[in-house]
Amino acid sequence: MSNWLLRNVTILGAAPTDLHLADGVIAEVGRGLATGGAQVFDAAGLVALPGLVDLHTHLREPGREDAETVASGTLAAALGGFTAVHAMANTDPAADTAGVVEQVWRLGRDAGHCDVFPVGAVTVRRRGEQLAELGAMADSAARVRVFSDDGHCVDDAVLMRRALEYVKAFDGVVAQHAQEPRLTHAAQMNEGVVSARLGLTGWPAVAEESVIARDCLLAGHVGSRLHVCHVSTAGSVEILRWAKAKGIRVTAEVTPHHLLLTDDLVTGYDPVYKVNPPLRTAGDVAALRAALADGTIDAVATDHAPHSLEDKETEWGAAAFGMLGLETALGVVAEAMVSTGLLDWAGVADRMAVRPARIGRLDGQGGPLEPGAPANVVLLDPAATVTVDPGSLASRSRNTPYAGMTLPTRVVATFLRGRPTVLDGKPAESGGPGGGR
Amino acid sequence: MMRHLLSAGDLSRDEALLVLDTAAEMARVAAAPVKKLPTLRGRTVVNLFFEDSTRTRTSFELAAKRLSADVINFSAKGSAVSKGEGLKDTALTLEAMGADAVVIRHAMSGAPHRLAGWVRGSVVNAGDGTHEHPTQALLDAFTMRSRLGRLEGLQVTLVGDILHSRVARSNVLLLRTLGAEVTLVAPPTLIPVGVEDWPAQVSYDFDRVLPKSDVVMMLRVQRERMGAVYFPSVREYSRRYGLDAARMAMLPPESVVMHPGPMNRGMEIAAEVADSPRSTIVEQVTNGVSVRMAVLYLLLGGAMGGASE
Amino acid sequence: MTTAPDPRRPRPVSGDRTAAHPVLDAADVTRVLTRMAHEILEKNGGADDVVLLGIPTRGSTLAHRIAEQMASVEQRTVPVGSLDVTLYRDDLRLRGVRALGRTELPPGGVDGRIVVLVDDVLFSGRTVRAALDAIGDLGRPAAVQLAVLVDRGHRELPIRADYVGKNIPTSLRETVHVLLAEHDGRDGVLIGPADLSRQESRQESRQESRQDTSS
Repeated sequence: MSNWLLRNVTILGAAPTDLHLADGVIAEVGRGLATGGAQVFDAAGLVALPGLVDLHTHLREPGREDAETVASGTLAAALGGFTAVHAMANTDPAADTAGVVEQVWRLGRDAGHCDVFPVGAVTVRRRGEQLAELGAMADSAARVRVFSDDGHCVDDAVLMRRALEYVKAFDGVVAQHAQEPRLTHAAQMNEGVVSARLGLTGWPAVAEESVIARDCLLAGHVGSRLHVCHVSTAGSVEILRWAKAKGIRVTAEVTPHHLLLTDDLVTGYDPVYKVNPPLRTAGDVAALRAALADGTIDAVATDHAPHSLEDKETEWGAAAFGMLGLETALGVVAEAMVSTGLLDWAGVADRMAVRPARIGRLDGQGGPLEPGAPANVVLLDPAATVTVDPGSLASRSRNTPYAGMTLPTRVVATFLRGRPTVLDGKPAESGGPGGGR
Repeated sequence: MMRHLLSAGDLSRDEALLVLDTAAEMARVAAAPVKKLPTLRGRTVVNLFFEDSTRTRTSFELAAKRLSADVINFSAKGSAVSKGEGLKDTALTLEAMGADAVVIRHAMSGAPHRLAGWVRGSVVNAGDGTHEHPTQALLDAFTMRSRLGRLEGLQVTLVGDILHSRVARSNVLLLRTLGAEVTLVAPPTLIPVGVEDWPAQVSYDFDRVLPKSDVVMMLRVQRERMGAVYFPSVREYSRRYGLDAARMAMLPPESVVMHPGPMNRGMEIAAEVADSPRSTIVEQVTNGVSVRMAVLYLLLGGAMGGASE
Repeated sequence: MTTAPDPRRPRPVSGDRTAAHPVLDAADVTRVLTRMAHEILEKNGGADDVVLLGIPTRGSTLAHRIAEQMASVEQRTVPVGSLDVTLYRDDLRLRGVRALGRTELPPGGVDGRIVVLVDDVLFSGRTVRAALDAIGDLGRPAAVQLAVLVDRGHRELPIRADYVGKNIPTSLRETVHVLLAEHDGRDGVLIGPADLSRQESRQESRQESRQDTSS
């Protein structure tokens, strides 16, 4: 069993201390701990956070293994500091049965880079017509708690109401991809000044905001939990703030790219910037950052969306939506939130580990870094920078919008239940069985 | 001179005027007994049309042939390569063929920009989706200048489906560069969100704009737009935004009426207007060849690609 | 090495004119043009059917001046046109695009007439070759003759002038500057050392000698 002593690590901004990881849990925390038989890791100058938890990852397996597999995607996650990811249901076949979610869950356990929690589809084949067997997925080995038709909006109000009600039976949550389909027919990018100039069909903010408003009202009406995926507009933030003030049980996530990138990047028509929801304006970015800082938005979720070269090396209109996120998430959040003083490292831990784990109802993830807790830890170097090189990413795909950008902080090591998955910024020894939660 | 012509907005005032002045000389060739120049002998121009447009393709083809370039018509519409991966593969094919210029028409906005990143030759945007059609704007400006003698200070009114019009986008950018004042007239549903950033006025009232218009350019309105509820009926559209004889009578005496074609007679433009002496519609077609000759000459005639020997 | 001129920006006659020495002064130029006018009339038995086509820009100016001299002798107008040969040149790849000069045929065109091409300097002969091609596309003259103010030698094509103002033997390293009052404020012909940056090709020194200040 692994046994590590992390020397002089900084936990959430406190004075440097030692962290002893043994038997999969945090054994001791304190200064000058005895080495015992532990491997010593000099963590002077490094910050420890609970292993990051992603609520929104596309692993593409089964169906598009050319773009990503559970193994490659979870390795990318570990390198990004994650110890758990939620695998979205838009695979082929869709994750709409206990069989598929168990398959994904097992693939994750076998790869061993991080925990994989499959998200179940809300409706059969994500078609928005008939509820999938949500209970069966909840009761399966994968113990699904988050349900989403992500990529498609559950736009039928009755279906959405029933789903919200139904998952209460097992404390599940419906994660809505808020996109009114009629208002976004053939839409290509944020509707505004840039879309008008580029002649690309606009994707109005109201298409997102109107669905969020409706769903908040529905969730309030039936007393259910609602989670809103990848919030992208200032207007959505206002609605969420109102709903939370009303006591509606709504949570929300924002992607790293919506915290940093704006729609004027589309100007060269490079589909690496094509994403759903689309990149918005600088005003939206500012509102999203403020909302993440004040907690109106609960979590950062990557929406890591790998796409093969042939799905991106095309005309803008023919290209797939989505961008990579796992390996750059922490750097982007550090750039957008920490460098700007909007969040400290404790805040980052809360938005990228604690709250996502709580929303997903993951007991063994999201900290705290205290004796007895599962030893899921990420060590990062806040003083280092990383220049993003698409060719050196662990993901099978290369569609990162940050190529050539220099981002602050570097993930130095990731520990999954005490076992290093990443050491010195590189994959640790081949994964062993993880499992459990 | 630039290497590609992707957007009318890429042209400086001097460059735009150089194109128009060069086109004026090219127009003399069209009047000569031998309508052919040896200028681009040995150069290859590829017409890469992913969308049917006989008139634009023919115009470019004639322009290239009058300059003695070899012309290859590469019609990709309907073939297996009409989307995605196809464009890049096609670009590599054109590279291998040694195309000096690629004239591209594509249903997707920005396709010429992508192509320009994949080929060494010059790329000319011959209309991309709902984005731009820069040579159309150049020929329109050329036509206005030859009819009215100037562009500076002209009041130009564009009427119709501004939202989906590549002609409108290119004209707004170019006319602004050349000092004309542009007013856009359309039902509010056919004006893009974000238009406030354009160097143009917007009006929903055609009749108010007519008396101060030196040029009225009518844009084609596709009947399909009615299905997408942009307007209630063809009749209502035509009544509010169509140019008929009564409206034409409200124009100042010297004003001209333009249309990039193809026209919907009886919808955005009445037959008697299209055929009136004010109409420049036939000249526009003639001028299109001269302007495209000028563009090909300026992009290809020079040492842009081969200056480093 | 990129030496293609920017077509949009007029460039003054370059080369160090203070180091250039005069070959013809203003009075010489007038005398020479008068003589050429007489030679043209003599050779063609008068001005009937003669049209002058100047190659822009200085060739056009010279054509007008010669036509005036002919007109005063013959007491009748002599048709003058201009012929831009840019689109017929064989060195576009080397030199880059330029703004086009004007091509304007005299009334009645060139068919069946005697066309006298007028240029300022005859050097490699390539401009005249291009001009002959251009004339061929414009019509079918009875004959084409060539008049130049200066023949500086160094032909690359089998072309010779019918009327020469002045033969000036030059080295390839020299530049001939033709100055005309309409463009340069005074008349004259100078020889100077070539601008060192302009010795890439003969075409370019050729062009140098006829670079326009008002294109």
